[in-house]
Amino acid sequence: MDSEYTDIIHRCFRCGWCKLPTTYQDFNCPAYLKYRFESFASGGRMWLIRAWINGEIEASERFNQILFSCVTCRNCVEACALPKIKDKLVDIFIAARQDLVDQGNIPPAVRDYLKAMTVNGNPYKMPQEQRGAWAEGLNIDRYEDQEYLFYAGDVGSYDELGMKMARSTARLLKSAGLSFGILAEEETSDGNDVRAAGEKGLADYLAQTNIETFNNKGVKKIITLSPHGYNAFRNEYPALGGQFEVYHYTQVLNSFLGDKIHTGRYEKKVAYHDPCYLGRWNQEYFAPRRILGSIPGLKLAEMDRNMNNALCCGGGGGNFFTDILGTGPDLSSRARVREALSTGAEVIAVACPQCYKMLDDAVKDEGVQDRIRVSDIAGIILESGMK
Amino acid sequence: MHELKFDPEICKSCTSCDCIMKCQYIDLESDQAKSEHAKLVAGEDSSILHDCVTCYACEEYCPFGNHPFYLIVERQEQRGVHPAPKPLEESQVIMMGPKGRIKPKELSPPVMNMCFFTVMNGGIRGSLFEGVSKFGGSDVFCNLMFLHFARNSTIRQRLPLMIENIMKNFLEPAGAKELICYHDECYGTYTSWAPAFGIDVPFKPVHLFDFIYNRLVELKENIKPLGIKVAYQRPCSNRLCPQTDHFVDDIFSLIGAERPKREFEYENALCCGGVPEAQQRFELTEEIQHKNVEDMKASGAAYCVFNCPFCFWTLSEPVLKAGLIPIMMSDLCLMALGE
Amino acid sequence: MDKITERLAEIVGKDYVSTSAEERFIYSRDQGVQQPHMPDYVVLPDNARQVQEIIHLANNDSIPVVPMGGGLVLSGLTIPLAGGIVLDMKRMNRILEVNESSHYAVVEAGTSQGMLDAYLKKHHPRLKHSLPDAPPAATIAGNIAIHGSGHLSQSEGGFHSEMVTGLEVVLGSGEMVKLGSCSTVPGWFSRAPLPDLAGLFLGWNGTTGVITKVGIKLFPRPRFHDVLIYMTEDIDIAPDILFRIIETEVAEDINYALSPKPDYLNGFQMIVINLVANTEIELNMKKKIIRDALYDYYKTKESGFMPLPPAMKGDFLEAPQKALSKFADVKKGGGFEYVGAIMPVEKIPDACREGVRITDRYGITYSLGARIIGRGHSAMFFFAYPFNRADTQDIEKVSHALEDTNAAALKLGGIPWKTEVSGQKLILEQMEPQTSSLMMKIKSLLDPNGIMNPGNWEVK
Repeated sequence: MDSEYTDIIHRCFRCGWCKLPTTYQDFNCPAYLKYRFESFASGGRMWLIRAWINGEIEASERFNQILFSCVTCRNCVEACALPKIKDKLVDIFIAARQDLVDQGNIPPAVRDYLKAMTVNGNPYKMPQEQRGAWAEGLNIDRYEDQEYLFYAGDVGSYDELGMKMARSTARLLKSAGLSFGILAEEETSDGNDVRAAGEKGLADYLAQTNIETFNNKGVKKIITLSPHGYNAFRNEYPALGGQFEVYHYTQVLNSFLGDKIHTGRYEKKVAYHDPCYLGRWNQEYFAPRRILGSIPGLKLAEMDRNMNNALCCGGGGGNFFTDILGTGPDLSSRARVREALSTGAEVIAVACPQCYKMLDDAVKDEGVQDRIRVSDIAGIILESGMK
Repeated sequence: MHELKFDPEICKSCTSCDCIMKCQYIDLESDQAKSEHAKLVAGEDSSILHDCVTCYACEEYCPFGNHPFYLIVERQEQRGVHPAPKPLEESQVIMMGPKGRIKPKELSPPVMNMCFFTVMNGGIRGSLFEGVSKFGGSDVFCNLMFLHFARNSTIRQRLPLMIENIMKNFLEPAGAKELICYHDECYGTYTSWAPAFGIDVPFKPVHLFDFIYNRLVELKENIKPLGIKVAYQRPCSNRLCPQTDHFVDDIFSLIGAERPKREFEYENALCCGGVPEAQQRFELTEEIQHKNVEDMKASGAAYCVFNCPFCFWTLSEPVLKAGLIPIMMSDLCLMALGE
Repeated sequence: MDKITERLAEIVGKDYVSTSAEERFIYSRDQGVQQPHMPDYVVLPDNARQVQEIIHLANNDSIPVVPMGGGLVLSGLTIPLAGGIVLDMKRMNRILEVNESSHYAVVEAGTSQGMLDAYLKKHHPRLKHSLPDAPPAATIAGNIAIHGSGHLSQSEGGFHSEMVTGLEVVLGSGEMVKLGSCSTVPGWFSRAPLPDLAGLFLGWNGTTGVITKVGIKLFPRPRFHDVLIYMTEDIDIAPDILFRIIETEVAEDINYALSPKPDYLNGFQMIVINLVANTEIELNMKKKIIRDALYDYYKTKESGFMPLPPAMKGDFLEAPQKALSKFADVKKGGGFEYVGAIMPVEKIPDACREGVRITDRYGITYSLGARIIGRGHSAMFFFAYPFNRADTQDIEKVSHALEDTNAAALKLGGIPWKTEVSGQKLILEQMEPQTSSLMMKIKSLLDPNGIMNPGNWEVK
């Protein structure tokens, strides 16, 4: 591990601020919420990584479970009391995973995920040719020299709900008259979650492939469906030579409201769930809220834990694909659904295809389909009936 | 070394004693004022030494530029009068002292000294400050605040080193001849205190408002007039450079801010209250703040604009409670620029 | 899986029992300098019934049981000195009842300070409980079990253990009992007029039983809050200044602090006075009352109030205070230790001098201070020493300083608080023999097989 990390790892006091949001309502670390052993909180993880580096413990199956159950949601970064180490917490966890990946010592689910990413280029083991299938019938042009590239990403390309979300978004962009195109089968995974899972080499390769494609095609501006891709393009690609103007789709839609997009009414109470990779990772808390707030009839509810204190859906850091957190009532996605219900909301609005799927599953697991449902922001605009 | 250039003969022949008679905090009849002031000049104990709130205003009131305030500070120090509690004073001396921790920095003109207020670095942004290089911290700090603590000696001792640090580490490497002073306490130091004590200043200090005004002239086309009424909290240090006070009106006219007529402004400006509080004069502090803020409110101002960050921190809460929005001048200008 | 593990898994579910090296490592130590000792099992119960079953099992098989809340004592009280089971109570974190009129809450033992605070803010915004200076992950039950104190201990009647209105406890022998009014009538409003049996579990460090529910006093949460800081260089005037502030009866919290860092505060003592009020007029009046009480002092300019612009008050108005956790990073090493000593108020100056002497002896740095408890009935003095976790010599120095400080606190006439085993020994040695003998008799009655947190509060 880099000395930047090994030099500070002993500075964690394991004081436990990291378990809670800065407003203290309940445990806000998905791994700790699920497992409840001190070892699964960020402090415990810091101390165990240090013990591993010092040779006091070995990288057992349990150790791997502890490391790979971190969903990289950065709640601990927000809450940590120590300004000199807080920003590095998640980086340290990812670096430790990277060491485990390099040693080939990883949980089977992570191995399968990374293998699929290497062999198939996507976690679904689906053919590359089907990457553009989500856009069928929408009459969307391939990217040539349009102003924007709309990037759907793995989940937007292959997951049923993700595809639905990609279609809604693309329809809105089209109806706003935006000049954009898609890459379809020429699109490569953004590599964000591969990097978070500790496979830096593959993440770099995927990034370089994308950068090459984007540059060859003269892409300057990108709109991403997923906050995960948004994060990779915005924060990882520049260091690898990829300089693009990057927008999350909610930022673009927000700028169109009242001008190029006129919504209808939406008579429902809606709780917005902040995706970690849009919120805590990139400090975009307001574009989605402005959209929802501007829809006539829509009552925007805030969950107790919101914005920088939002509880993660549990799908970050690769867990969406590896499912290390497993099942049970203490899954953060299920806790989040209960929290949304307590606001009286009938709809949970999401801005990330991973959150969409995680929370949609959780609504079913909680058995509350009759009381609440999940919808993405583009879908809500469409449902409101465009003018 | 570095003696105060004060001429007792001027005071002897002065008939108005404006330095005391115009003071907003010391209430003496003309005869009393003259006799108390004479004691001060003679180095004897005087009520002025104990009652002075150290607002610097008499530096502006004296028609002869004979440095009445610097004299008060000299005499307070000579007679061991501590305007503020000693532990507070001693702790400030340590806190604000040079640390010898200058980090080399590549700068190019225009260059700005943030004084001790590097915490305000974020405010130096946008087109208003485009291309401005800045530095700051305890090794380039004017130390003029020790006027409030009866410690001319501290300024005397530290200022030459500060000037040397500024020149050697920042201005010379950047090839800059001018220094924009973020805080007008620095500007007052270089244009008033230093000459009064015979300390040479090898660069040309530029007042922040002077810089802002000229920048706004360049950016005139981007300005959207604000059309708001704004009260101005003039800080104590501006009393040392009253010749710069017109920039407030000049800037206001550029950004379309109206300065409503007030009782306590220009020469009659009131202290923010921070210093009397440090002097443990709590009722006076409340009274001054109340008068000041009520006056702002009565003028119909919607905003209160600040020059000094310390005034801003001290007065923001009372200003907000009165329903006005506190704002730094640079932010007000950025607002007019739509940034 | 061994038989015990299997049986524990039957009780709490297999996901909530661990014998893995990782959990054993983490639960073998706390953040302080005490030597680690491995548990054999880490168990996370969900309810009191499960706790009872675990205690029965432990009695049958003579397995030590160490109950743990936030695990933040720093003095090793949750380190399983004889192995066995560490019972991490934090799954039991339900807030069961809040009675607004009678000002109490009933919570499960693993409920954290932060969670109760957030719950009250949302559902009962007119009420609050006394928050310790510990991080918000500390638990209500853990804190009362060690006689913790907090930000209402000065104004609202003392240590948090004195704010307990009732307990539910599983004894070391396995019986589950309720103590206080809740043992007789439905409400958890008081420990009186019954014999005060709750004391059998307060300050015992989990050696008599496992607390499973706590009734805790709530207090009004006034809307306005402000802070004054009084600064002096003269240690000896501190008790009188404190007396004058206490005498005004208007200070919510009064803390005294002395630290060599940052440099500009070295040698200066700060008395931090927190005030609350329901109206601004009341708040201003309280500030005036406090200032007037110290007029004789500040008029000499030898000491005085620090001017505090609102932006600089933030840290002092926060509860719990992040600043205290940050102290762990003073030596860039993620750790600090402290002796908390419950002391007579007049001993504060001597305790400060002793703290400085001890730290000089070992070449370590410090933060010293005290919170006034119960309107001047005692002070919770702290001698805190940060250390670098990666520097074994530093840790050793702090360990020695800790031992010296425990001895010094006793010599000064104070009593080390929630002290580590070596400190407990010092106390027991100095205790009236009849008292320690009574303690042991009570303990053997409640925990006949000696399974509860063995090593603690033992006379050997």
